[in-house]
Amino acid sequence: MFQVRLHGRGGQGVVTAAEMLSIAAFLEGRHAQAFPNFGSERMGAPVVSFCRIDDKPIRLREPIHEPDAVIVQDVTLLGAVPVFQGLKPKGYVLVNSTKTLKELGLADALNKMPEGHVRVVGATELAVRHVGRPVPNAALLGAFAGVTGLLHFASVEAAIRDKFKGAVGDGNVKAARAAFDDVAVPA
Amino acid sequence: MLKQIEGSRAVAEAVALCRPEVICAYPITPQTHIVEACGEFVRTGQLENCEFINVESEFAALSVAIGASAAGARSYTATASQGLLFMAEAVYNASGLGLPIVMTLGNRAIGAPINIWNDHSDAMSMRDAGWIMLFAETNQEALDLHIQAFRLAEQLSCPVMVCMDGFILTHAYERLEIPDQAAVDAYLPPFVPRQVLDPADPYSIGAMVGPEAFTEVRYLAHDKQLQALDVIPEIHTSFKEQFGRESGGLFHTYQVEGAPTVVVTMGSLAGTLKDAVDELRQEGPQVGVVSLSCYRPFPRTELRHALEHARRVIVVEKAVAPGAGGVVSMDLRMALQGVDCYVKTVIAGLGGRPVTSPSLQSMLRRALKGELADLHFLDLNRGMVDRELSRQRRGIASGPVAENLLKDVAVHGAAD
Repeated sequence: MFQVRLHGRGGQGVVTAAEMLSIAAFLEGRHAQAFPNFGSERMGAPVVSFCRIDDKPIRLREPIHEPDAVIVQDVTLLGAVPVFQGLKPKGYVLVNSTKTLKELGLADALNKMPEGHVRVVGATELAVRHVGRPVPNAALLGAFAGVTGLLHFASVEAAIRDKFKGAVGDGNVKAARAAFDDVAVPA
Repeated sequence: MLKQIEGSRAVAEAVALCRPEVICAYPITPQTHIVEACGEFVRTGQLENCEFINVESEFAALSVAIGASAAGARSYTATASQGLLFMAEAVYNASGLGLPIVMTLGNRAIGAPINIWNDHSDAMSMRDAGWIMLFAETNQEALDLHIQAFRLAEQLSCPVMVCMDGFILTHAYERLEIPDQAAVDAYLPPFVPRQVLDPADPYSIGAMVGPEAFTEVRYLAHDKQLQALDVIPEIHTSFKEQFGRESGGLFHTYQVEGAPTVVVTMGSLAGTLKDAVDELRQEGPQVGVVSLSCYRPFPRTELRHALEHARRVIVVEKAVAPGAGGVVSMDLRMALQGVDCYVKTVIAGLGGRPVTSPSLQSMLRRALKGELADLHFLDLNRGMVDRELSRQRRGIASGPVAENLLKDVAVHGAAD
């Protein structure tokens, strides 16, 4: 089972991101379970969502305490929420920022992670450019597919289009593609 | 058709496939997505010949369903928590009048203190209201139980409540099989009411009944529940024949054969519990799981039969009866009278506290060593409780408990 925990703030599409991730996995014939960290959803408040992916039906319904991957949609959470808590030693980290890990103060904390497993992606900027709104979720999913190799980009694209129709869907797919291509180049 | 879909939306799709003629509901977390989707299906025409009636409260929602059902319309509503309490009088009326309404309950705690998260307190508050009460273990089962519920309700002329865990199920995206319309039509015949308000053939429904017949009215309500114990397994079997999968029935058993210890539970908790007992089994101890899908009527004889070889029965339940203990445990103790086993109660998951596999495993290890109290609160923060008790002992004006505990969490952290 592969478990993903997504951190962000209300309004950034954190819950939708986990749902899209589960749809992408479903499209590849896998079992997936996405759920929010059940709370009062408010704009700007810290939000957590989860996605489990497995080849067999998933019975477990507890929150994810030991994720295989952590996606941080908002770096202002870094000092406030223990986003990397329980992260598996060989797991993956995606952070939405235009700064470097060092500038974010994460270089030491994450220096034991395997090569290529930790990436910073300017997902908000990609979203502003392609969607016209600072919603980083789709771009980060594109990067997730690229970094983990767990999902084909085509599945991520189909999942995005399942949630967002028309021009908004097109823009989000472009942002995801740009992020996917971005992480293909070694950092 | 296989879909990756939110539990709430899947339930709304199942309800629409049952061709209800009247849907009336008042939104309340975590039920909202279900009735939003129902409203959308009526507006877009996906659900034809159905009126979605906006109402001003839960009391009105169920009252409209009562009126619609009495007029012969297949009627559906949904609620949760305080919403169920607000419609309490109508809940009793629906069953007292024998109207086959189907209602979803997105299980949520009851305040005060206000809490929007999952437990079973709301369902337990209406356990004796005369409704058939079904609990879904998964979203697939939640979807399937709604299709079964209309058939069950109409066959017995009795309202049916389908309980699904708020957020844990209602807001979870999973792979689900959504049946096609032809299969549901073949399974669920059109509604033929036992009683109907018809201006062409007028009679009254809801007469006042005095001491001369009230006991008999209530006896018949009890008898109807006992009939359901026969009808539910039939419906479970015919559902399997039509749709090719197991859903519903009286209860599910998992690894119970030969297991001296069996955990009994209801709802989505069963999934995590099955993972927990599988892990324990690798260390040696055999622990089985029984999850009730039918809570009212309580399948007393059938449970007794399923548990007669168990020496330890542990009920893990998501509600507490203050001053008494576990609600499901009380029913189960009645069922197991004379069976040589003990029944322990574990209260878990109140107000949305996550019930984790490690916590369940550590509780079970204690139970196997005989160290579990008769009434155990899973993951209770004893330090937090003791500090509040000590504040209360220091003086009368110790202040509001909920606010005191929130301050305590801020100072000491959530874990003790």
